[in-house]
Amino acid sequence: MTLILQDVTVTAPGASAPLFAPLSLTVPPGVVAAVMGPSGVGKSTLLDLIGGHLGRGFRATGRVTLDGRDLLPLPAEARRVGVLFQDAHLFPHLSVGDNLAFGLSAQVRGRTARRAAVEQALDRAGLSGMARRDPATLSGGQRARAALMRTLLARPRAILLDEPFSRLDAALRAEIRAFVLDHIRAEAIPALLVTHDPEDARAAAGPIVPL
Amino acid sequence: MRLLLTALALTAATPALADWQATLDAARGQTIYFNAWGGDQRTNDFIAWVGQQTEARYGVKVEQVKLTDTAEAVSRVIAEKAAGKDTGGSVDLIWINGPNFLAMQQAGLLHGPFVADLPNARFVDLSAGAPASLDFTVPVEGMESPWRLAKFVFVHDSARVDPPETMADFVGLATAHPGRMTHPNPANFMGATFLKQALVELALDPAVLQSEPTEESYSAATAPLWAWYDALRPHLWRAGESFPENESVQAQMLNDGEVDIAMFFDPAAAASMIEQGLLPETARVFVPKGGSLGNVSFVAIPYNAAHKEGAKVVADFLLEPATQARMQDITVLGSFSVLDPARLDGAARAAFDALPTAPALPTLEDLGPTLAEPHPAWMTRLTADWAARYTK
Amino acid sequence: MIGARVIRGLVVLGIGGPILAGLAVTLAAAFGWLPAIGAREPGLDPWRQAMALPGVATSLRLTLVTGFGAAAASLALALALGLWTARHPGVLRWLSPLLAVPHAALAIGLAFLIAPSGWIARGLSGPLGWTQPPDLATVGDPWGFALILGLMMKEVPFLLLVIVAALSRVPVAAQMAAGRALGYGAGAVWAKVIVPQLYPLIRLPVFVVLAFSMSVVDMALILGPSHPPTLAVAILRGFSAPDPAMILPASALAMLQAGIVAGGVASWWLAERALAVAGRLWLRRGGRGGAGPVWAIAAVGGGTGLVLAVGSLSVLAIWSLAWRWRFPQALPESWSLRIWAAPGQGWGGDALVTLGLGLVAAALALALAIAWLEAEDRLGRRTPLAALVALPLLVPQIAFLHGVNVAFLRAGLPPGFAAVVWAHLLFVFPYVLLALAGPWRALDAGLIRSAASLGAGPARRLAGVKLPILLRPILTAAAIGFAVSVAQYLPTLFLGGGRVVTLTTEAVALSSASDRRVAAVYAVLQGALPLLAFGAAITLPALVQRNRAGLTGGLIR
Repeated sequence: MTLILQDVTVTAPGASAPLFAPLSLTVPPGVVAAVMGPSGVGKSTLLDLIGGHLGRGFRATGRVTLDGRDLLPLPAEARRVGVLFQDAHLFPHLSVGDNLAFGLSAQVRGRTARRAAVEQALDRAGLSGMARRDPATLSGGQRARAALMRTLLARPRAILLDEPFSRLDAALRAEIRAFVLDHIRAEAIPALLVTHDPEDARAAAGPIVPL
Repeated sequence: MRLLLTALALTAATPALADWQATLDAARGQTIYFNAWGGDQRTNDFIAWVGQQTEARYGVKVEQVKLTDTAEAVSRVIAEKAAGKDTGGSVDLIWINGPNFLAMQQAGLLHGPFVADLPNARFVDLSAGAPASLDFTVPVEGMESPWRLAKFVFVHDSARVDPPETMADFVGLATAHPGRMTHPNPANFMGATFLKQALVELALDPAVLQSEPTEESYSAATAPLWAWYDALRPHLWRAGESFPENESVQAQMLNDGEVDIAMFFDPAAAASMIEQGLLPETARVFVPKGGSLGNVSFVAIPYNAAHKEGAKVVADFLLEPATQARMQDITVLGSFSVLDPARLDGAARAAFDALPTAPALPTLEDLGPTLAEPHPAWMTRLTADWAARYTK
Repeated sequence: MIGARVIRGLVVLGIGGPILAGLAVTLAAAFGWLPAIGAREPGLDPWRQAMALPGVATSLRLTLVTGFGAAAASLALALALGLWTARHPGVLRWLSPLLAVPHAALAIGLAFLIAPSGWIARGLSGPLGWTQPPDLATVGDPWGFALILGLMMKEVPFLLLVIVAALSRVPVAAQMAAGRALGYGAGAVWAKVIVPQLYPLIRLPVFVVLAFSMSVVDMALILGPSHPPTLAVAILRGFSAPDPAMILPASALAMLQAGIVAGGVASWWLAERALAVAGRLWLRRGGRGGAGPVWAIAAVGGGTGLVLAVGSLSVLAIWSLAWRWRFPQALPESWSLRIWAAPGQGWGGDALVTLGLGLVAAALALALAIAWLEAEDRLGRRTPLAALVALPLLVPQIAFLHGVNVAFLRAGLPPGFAAVVWAHLLFVFPYVLLALAGPWRALDAGLIRSAASLGAGPARRLAGVKLPILLRPILTAAAIGFAVSVAQYLPTLFLGGGRVVTLTTEAVALSSASDRRVAAVYAVLQGALPLLAFGAAITLPALVQRNRAGLTGGLIR
């Protein structure tokens, strides 16, 4: 399971020049690579390209492969690339448990098995017994952990982190960062973190690419 | 010779029972779209009652298509004929009279003759020249079946004004009570009838009204009418600049005390509207002493009606003595019967005699003579002429 | 992708098709071509006939006066009240019943209130010693003031709602503070700074109001003059005259009506430019002056409107329960539930038909609107809605509905329930789409991306994320659609062939009958149905989605 970017560029709608110079990068399983740069340089756009969320009118060149599969022609839902955004984006109409169940891979069958998987993930996130809670009642840290668990339950082959810690206050930040990075490494999948915080990049402990 | 004709007429009027049974069989399960003016709640309620009865007895349902003007149904049949829809038409039965009947009959849009086939037609005087055989001077010829009697009457609030004796006296009345008298817009049937009532009384030679108007006869006959109207109009409600849309609105104005006079085509209307709380208890009927216009309301079946048998069953039910007696009951509808009292048996006559009466209900003598309706073309010209003269 | 294009094509065809076909038929008839009634000689005769109709010039003048008058007065009052409303948004909740009540019901109530024998006159009769109603033309007056008043009672709340919604896109508080720091009064900042920014955002609704005021039929039948009536009513009379040949001049007038609306919108636009220039000059003079008198007039106008509205709705309720109520009594002499207790005599069935039509039309419109918006999402391209919406809301109904009827007949769709549903859809769909497009497009895109990154395909994203999150705006849009359907008069009249009778057609017919009590029952029912729908749209999500504090209708928090 390796995420490979070859000479990737993205051009914004109406622009003549690409947002950044051709980018090549190989992220092996269990490694969290960090893409650094000031805001507006196109870090999020890069993640949109990989995740399949690029807006209409953006033009891309180069290749992105995951385990040898060419990702760019696939729709987002078929890429098996999980994304953690700045905002947890928990679905407001579902309970915490149902949010996780939404993410849980359909390969886990049977109501008991699925419920158990969700309960277990909640335990790991320190959210035991909160399955029926309204997501709006969770604290910022709890939301971030629930979002990570929801992403992991979908069994992604790679994971993208779009400044997921930037909205957390300093005390919580280190704790959540450690929690997220540990879990990703434990899954042994490649991950790409974009951030403007050098501390995030250092904690990722993988290759650091300036953009 | 005359005896022979009557005998022939009688034979013709006695339907072959077997044929009627076939009609009843075919009618069972049909739903009749009865296109009838829907501006009168009592009439609507009566039609709803008729539908309940025919459904229970003959399995014929009645859906009233409530028209604001009968012409709507006429133009619908015309449109269907133009579109080549010669069967399965959407109109089964129409409440119709006068110009609309003439228009449909001339265009060949009516089914019939069918009246003589109705078993209850034996209670009606269908001889030539009888009121039920003429519709605005036009012979009916069995193409429409009578169902209620219409006679033009005025209603005044006896607590406020004394009734004028003639149409000419209306000018004096209006001058004495400015703004307290009006009439429906002549685009409406009742408004046109008000003008016709005056026309019949004021025309120097009323006989010309019985045939189609020519340029000369029209201007000669209407000259006194317009002179009278020009004298009357400035003293009308809102200075004769604006008119109620129909007689129902005017009745409401009488009830509110906004005017002192209303008019109806139904001698029992005042009594039953008092009963309904829709007119003051002091409302009374009057007619000009020379008599008033009168006609019979009919139902007709369009040539392309989808449910002709059911329509006939309903037309027949409307002529049943019990139905007619209920219709004449002022607590129900209060419309005078079209049946010939001489043809009724004892039980049927008793049903009529037992009907409740009321102070506002005129007797037949109160109503005076019935004046013949002018030829329909007079009304058409009169209303167009009025609109051209008095629309700013 | 092809599916999405097909859906959009079908919607455009289903909504635009009948309107264009109807306009074409009417246009042909205006020039003497209507084979259905045997007219096959193209020419200008219908126009000559139309211009020779008694009172046509007066009708034209009435249409211009009432149309411009109602739209300009409504806009002025709404703008004057806008600042206050924006500061007290709770008021909007009280205005929504007025928005929901159909025009016909409100018009009937207003007529019961202000007629010479109306409630106000009854109230004044004691002190003034009236024993009979004054001979004053308060309803059906030859200038159309009553009609203007009735239109304003619907249009001011509508424009207020639009203004408050648009204000969220203008930094009012900051600009107000900046302006006042420069020594301008709040009124002056509002008029000189905020309104010029606001107006472009509400221009389309203003045009809709103008077009509606010029072509309204049901309110004009109830409140407007009748001898002669406004142009739209005169056209309706022509279309339903005993002589089918009258359809030709009526069609010519219908085209004239469409032209007047187009010309009206164009002249309004020119007046806007002129006002903008004048306003700029006024602004440069730098006057800080308080707009005191303007506020006073606005307060009086708003207060009067509110009193009239409450009075109209109350008098409807009272009449529906009255038995004998003669002038000059302020309250009925006797009360009765007789009409309410007899649904079988008419109103029960008519209410069911109205309910059925409304539900079917709202459900279809909702399905189409969701399909349309989802197709947009999948194509990744947004369509400006103005063009699609402008057609049915700006083109006068009377100009194309008769033609739609003829076109439907020729296409084998006879008058009846199905044809009426389709005709209602022409007007229900634009409102439903407009109501839903805002919240739909404002839905936090991150939620959808999250769902996609969790492996949810388009169908699951729609059913599992978008629809449940948008439940409240979806039901609100449905309720709006239902209310629009309930209020339809002409489409039901023209395409129902007399067989589809609704509370609205019946209420309008009963407004010129002798029994106010029955008319009141119909008007109350007509107003109650949309209110119930809005009630359901508010209650249902609250019940289904209680304990979900994060649901704000899908808007980004």
